[in-house]
Amino acid sequence: MTYVLTGAEKPLSGIGVFRAKVTTLDPRMRIVMSAAYAVVVVSLSNLWVLSVALGLSMSLLAFSGLPPRKTLKRMAMMDSFIVFMLVLLPFTVPGTPVFSIWGLEASWEGLWRAVEIALTANAVILAVMTLVGSMEPVTMGHALFALKTPERLVHLMMFTIRYIDVLREEYQRLRTSMKLRGFRPGTNWHTYRSYGYLVGMMLVRAIERSERILAAMKCRGFSGRIILLEDFRFSRADLFFAAAVTAALAALIWVEAIYAAS
Amino acid sequence: MQLLDLNNIHFSYPGLDPVLEDASMQLNAGERLSIVGPNGAGKSTLLKVIMGLLTPTRGTVKAFGKTCAEEADFHEMRRRVGFVFQDADDQLFCPTVAEDVAFGPLNLGKTKQEALAIVDSVLNRLGLMHLRERVTHKLSGGEKRLVTLATVLAMEPDVLILDEPTNALDPENYTRLAEILEGLDQAVLLVSHDPEFRERIAPEGYQLSERKLTRVPGRIQGRARQ
Repeated sequence: MTYVLTGAEKPLSGIGVFRAKVTTLDPRMRIVMSAAYAVVVVSLSNLWVLSVALGLSMSLLAFSGLPPRKTLKRMAMMDSFIVFMLVLLPFTVPGTPVFSIWGLEASWEGLWRAVEIALTANAVILAVMTLVGSMEPVTMGHALFALKTPERLVHLMMFTIRYIDVLREEYQRLRTSMKLRGFRPGTNWHTYRSYGYLVGMMLVRAIERSERILAAMKCRGFSGRIILLEDFRFSRADLFFAAAVTAALAALIWVEAIYAAS
Repeated sequence: MQLLDLNNIHFSYPGLDPVLEDASMQLNAGERLSIVGPNGAGKSTLLKVIMGLLTPTRGTVKAFGKTCAEEADFHEMRRRVGFVFQDADDQLFCPTVAEDVAFGPLNLGKTKQEALAIVDSVLNRLGLMHLRERVTHKLSGGEKRLVTLATVLAMEPDVLILDEPTNALDPENYTRLAEILEGLDQAVLLVSHDPEFRERIAPEGYQLSERKLTRVPGRIQGRARQ
């Protein structure tokens, strides 16, 4: 999805002509498997098992043929969202003290909890990035539709993909025209008011555009349903891949159960 | 045969002065007409009334001999009247060109195979095959315009309504568009400020000014393009 927003960056499906191996697999299967993967990994709590899960995600990445550096960098970007929570967790969870900073005591329990969350989050996000993040947004919309996601949500997503760029261009045109008339943002009422006008104008234009789009669709016989063209095929390779991931997940659950019992 | 027949259309946007008063016009099979008038005279409004996107306060719209009053009537007529919008971005809403061209035929109840066959034949006819798999919002302005025409022609309409089709076209795409339009056998209703383009595609027609729609006798006179 990110490339829709930034314009410059492509989805993680490989460089140029080279297509990553994972993109040849059935997108529906990839979505279902990454959902199953996420549910299983989130329900694990043993640190060793979680480490194995992260290893599994890494091997998925290796198998997928995506550029590893770039993918890992994106994973690290996600970490920056949770890093503060992870750092604060040892200090907020009560338990056996490990060390103290400025009179604040960190607990073992909190520390383990932080490690657990970090492992879970990274394992899941890495798997999702390799399996789903490698998809063109449009393909993902079609796959979600094929998986019986409510039509309205799929259309919402497809329209977002299509028009986010148009809105961005509109925003940039307005900003340029403001700049050309000498607008310099500062900390004053004039700036706030101008930004208010800008946002308001964008909203008005977006609403008007949506009405024109609906009108244009009606003129071409639209009556509430968009029929999608793409068909998906579930091949032997998909079956093998799904079976392998399922087996790995079953193994994770099994090991977790053994640890829990002992 | 009269394809479109408007009788005594009155229209005003809620709370505003009337835009159209007593507007009547006819379009016959094979006929090509222009509508001219100053900015804001209500040309686009008139086209929307024809397509049933706006409901006139008075008067009737008849298409192919049938009076269109309800939305359901317009469903039928919209299958046979192709409307090319002023802003191509409003019309191209599917992610790829092929999907957008297939949208109309699929709405008409064609199967996927039939729709894809139509996509290929229309794109071939307009010489746009190289754009087939392109993402619509990454097309250039001229390409967008030609693709919108393809999306409408894919429905094989009897009437083609064009709202300012030459807006922001470079000379090359301008010529292409004109050539394509000249080669079509549909009846055409054209709204354009461009005298040269009107002269080429639809030299006769109506004038809309001060809420009145009047038939211009003979060719519409206009300043030549500089």
